[in-house]
Amino acid sequence: MESINIQEEGLNLKATELRLGLPGRDETEKETIFSFKNNKRAAPKSTEDNESEANSDAKHGDHEAAPAAKAQIVGWPPIRSYRKNNFPPKKAEAEFGIYVKVSMDGAPYLRKIDLKVYNGYADLLRALESMFKLSIGYYSEREGYKGSEYAPTYEDKDGDWMLVGDVPWDMFMSSCKRLRIMKGSEARGLGCGV
Amino acid sequence: MDPSTKLTKEIEVLKQVLPLITSHKDRNSVSQVCKDFYHVERCSRTKVFIGNCYAVSPEMVARRFPNIRSVTLKGKPRFADFNLVPENWGADVHSWLVVFAEFYPFLEELRLKRMTVSDASLEFLATSFTEFRALSLSSCDGFSTDGLEAIATHCKALTELDIQENDIDDVSGDWLSCFPEDFASLEVLNFSSLNTDVSFDVLEDLVCRCKSLRVLKVNKNISLEQLQRLLVWTPQLIELGTGSFNQELVPRQFQMLESAFDNCKNLSTISGLWEATSQNLAALYPVSARLSFLNLSYANLQSSALAELLAHCSNLRRLWVLDTVEDKGLEAVGSCCPFLEELRVFPAGPFDQDMDYGVTESGLVAVSNGCRRLKYVLYFCMQMTNDAVATVVQNCPDFTHFRLCIMNPSQPDYLTNEPMDEAFGAVVKNCTNLERLSLSGLLTDLTFEYIGKYAKKLEILSVAFAGSSDLGMQQVLEGCPMLRKLEIRDCPFGDAALLSGLDKYESMRSLWMSTCNLTMTGCKELAKERPRLNVEVIKDEETDEETDKVYVYRSLAGPRSDAPPFVVSL
Repeated sequence: MESINIQEEGLNLKATELRLGLPGRDETEKETIFSFKNNKRAAPKSTEDNESEANSDAKHGDHEAAPAAKAQIVGWPPIRSYRKNNFPPKKAEAEFGIYVKVSMDGAPYLRKIDLKVYNGYADLLRALESMFKLSIGYYSEREGYKGSEYAPTYEDKDGDWMLVGDVPWDMFMSSCKRLRIMKGSEARGLGCGV
Repeated sequence: MDPSTKLTKEIEVLKQVLPLITSHKDRNSVSQVCKDFYHVERCSRTKVFIGNCYAVSPEMVARRFPNIRSVTLKGKPRFADFNLVPENWGADVHSWLVVFAEFYPFLEELRLKRMTVSDASLEFLATSFTEFRALSLSSCDGFSTDGLEAIATHCKALTELDIQENDIDDVSGDWLSCFPEDFASLEVLNFSSLNTDVSFDVLEDLVCRCKSLRVLKVNKNISLEQLQRLLVWTPQLIELGTGSFNQELVPRQFQMLESAFDNCKNLSTISGLWEATSQNLAALYPVSARLSFLNLSYANLQSSALAELLAHCSNLRRLWVLDTVEDKGLEAVGSCCPFLEELRVFPAGPFDQDMDYGVTESGLVAVSNGCRRLKYVLYFCMQMTNDAVATVVQNCPDFTHFRLCIMNPSQPDYLTNEPMDEAFGAVVKNCTNLERLSLSGLLTDLTFEYIGKYAKKLEILSVAFAGSSDLGMQQVLEGCPMLRKLEIRDCPFGDAALLSGLDKYESMRSLWMSTCNLTMTGCKELAKERPRLNVEVIKDEETDEETDKVYVYRSLAGPRSDAPPFVVSL
């Protein structure tokens, strides 16, 4: 008897409840769906945005709309604060990738790569070696890519062709417009502090 | 100290045997046989485990056990890890330390989890116990690196300093420099979760002096080059936590690193590996076949990099990864690691609105196909099906820990649109040794009916956004004889459900219920009927809800005397 009363109480709150079920779900399926009781946490607290980054404070919105709108619920998913605060930077962000064309002297067509996928020069160079089936070797500040007949170069924001590896990786990522793998004497010319 | 008892032959035998019995559960059983056994046991116990710091008072512990050298104390309810418990809730260790200083002046070890520890407490600890050897702090809060300075300065016999994932004030890395110059006794050093720089020279000297060092976990500020230099001094290491693993190495440096790893013939655990690249992971190949535990949960690897590494790790028993490895990476787990017993897959970007990567049900099925000995799984995913879970537990019936987190609350089987009841039904029916279960997805009372009916060895149950009525919770309380911890959030369980456990809660460690349908009436009724339970209502600042959070636990110490204003003992 008691349980029925309590259920009815719950049902009466339905008018003010915000639901967390999937959109389009039948409102009358009371047995199977629990209506998430969060009418208390109605107003999003915009001033608490700083804390919410670290603590994922509850900011409940209307969940009936697009499935893509995921409200952040306190403590969900259940991940410890330490892990939340120390997420490693994401590697692949497709919409915000830095896509550049890569050409190789003598190759019939270009390739396109996302610079954001690579951790650094070594990572990038290994990928290029694998992509074009060649050996580029290791970079040295003074001698460039000596020992290889190929030199990876890039066109920067100013339109100049630079040797890959001279500047810090982050600077390279933001200034590289396209890559070109040079071959032979042209390559050697570029390696000497131009 | 022994009360004068008539010594029977059994007691004599017991006295010989007891030093060999270390498990606290076994010792608790021994102490319940008869009064004589109780007395012999209590005098011989040197290690005490207190699962809930409010279940008993420090004075009671000291009275019962006169010869303790090692204490493990746990404080806050587990949901504190997820910000569900307000700050300053309690579980302060200081009052315990004061009692220990008086009764256990020769205390050697202290292991704390979810306790509040101040710098003053750490200083008190460091200066009150001359034989103090091992300090382990996990998920604690309230202290800063200044407190660690006191430990390093004063604990001359320290063998273990294990600082894990605490919420602390990371002021500076100077604490490491506080170890005396001739100090050489460390066996365990874990500062992986601290973010400030320590002096590398000091670290290198320390590591070089401590010939018995078997566990070393550095923080991410230590570079690969520095790691290689440390490893030269520690070929005897058993567990290693690396620093940052993404430095670009020239061939000579890489070879030196590889060779340093090769020299560590006893290495069985590797963690850290911050931002590891696949090139650098190749340095681990010499030791990979020996590894039993690999923690890649801070290295956001793609599937190919993971597959490359795992091809060398055929003896792995435990693996932690990020979901950046995707289902393809998990297929590699299934094919490379046939002896795997534990898998944890953490989400790399769970709060990402646009997240379109991660693992699905196929990944888990792939692992279960290849790793038939799986016993422990923690799996954060975007989608799941009943069939997939059924397949998984048919492949792996030995699960003792099954923790599934479908990250969208109350999400049904994405193929059939049905509740996930049958998934968890399959888990409890197939896995007869199940001790711990975490539920997620759209669940009706049927899930709880299955749990109550089949999960006879279940000890810990975590429930969120699930169930249809009080009956659900009732069935679990009535059906699971070994239940110790029940934590519930955002479920439609009300007073009737709460009160259905009247006869149950004293046999459990604790019950947590938040954002359910409880009222003050029900909670007060429980408190009235069961005076040996502490029924605490935590008033939430944000909500007006009186009984939004309720924490119930058995206690010999009565209601808390240190409760903050927002914790009301009924």
